Amino acid sequence: MPLTNRPACQVREDWGPILESATREVFGMMLGSDLEPVVEPASRPGEVTAVVGLAGELCGAFIVRCTVRAALSMTSAMLGIDEEAVTDQAWDAVGEVCNMTAGNFKAKLGGIGDRCMLSVPTIVSGADYTVRSLADGSATQRDFLFRGERVSVCVEIHM
Amino acid sequence: MTIRALIVDDSSVMRKIVERSLRQAGLQLQQVFEAGNGVEALQVLAQNKVDLILSDINMPVMDGLEFVRQLQTLADARSTPVVMITTEGSESHVMQALSCGAKGYIRKPFTPDQVKEHVVPILEN
Repeated sequence: MPLTNRPACQVREDWGPILESATREVFGMMLGSDLEPVVEPASRPGEVTAVVGLAGELCGAFIVRCTVRAALSMTSAMLGIDEEAVTDQAWDAVGEVCNMTAGNFKAKLGGIGDRCMLSVPTIVSGADYTVRSLADGSATQRDFLFRGERVSVCVEIHM
Repeated sequence: MTIRALIVDDSSVMRKIVERSLRQAGLQLQQVFEAGNGVEALQVLAQNKVDLILSDINMPVMDGLEFVRQLQTLADARSTPVVMITTEGSESHVMQALSCGAKGYIRKPFTPDQVKEHVVPILEN
């Protein structure tokens, strides 16, 4: 059955590989870097979280979470500057990575993705917090290492 | 080719990436103006003439599509080519942007080669 004819209320099995491919493309094209896979999710996924809301036929959130060190490395790679020179740009950079990965993921879904809108990114940072959805739903997540630092990418669909 | 460019995106990091991509595409940037949304972009254009505008779509305050619509009402600026650079890559978004007056469309993520491929022919025309 084509993707566009299925119910749109939960994450589908084939979205995991699509999420992985969408993320790898963003890091390859915009950061010039390959990602290494991580099989086991981190117990402490990182101190920086970027969230892009999904609305329309797909309703939920696209979440990128990483360590501060990863955020600095990502910014350095995106701007072509030394990590020591990175300032508040790091939050903006993680937000853009989340935004582009969400857009790329949605584009790869085809029709259903076209009928879904993205919010501008929101960034949360801190040492000890948990991101929880208030609605019932399903999620798929991929964990990577970027220059040795953990980066988690998750799409959460609300029912 | 030496140009003055206006880059419109709510992300300052993305504005820098777009600027770097233009340079990597071989364009000499005489002057680069930046704006964080459509309103700021219109303010820049009220006081400056540019040869090329690259604009995101999904921005707060005034989005890229409304910015391009409003640009068409400005006698001094409406002939300036606009290329949208955005995460929204659906056919409907592309058609909407082109019907508003955009001359080109680049989907994020992008490479400098893709920027060159889309921007240079527009400037040569």
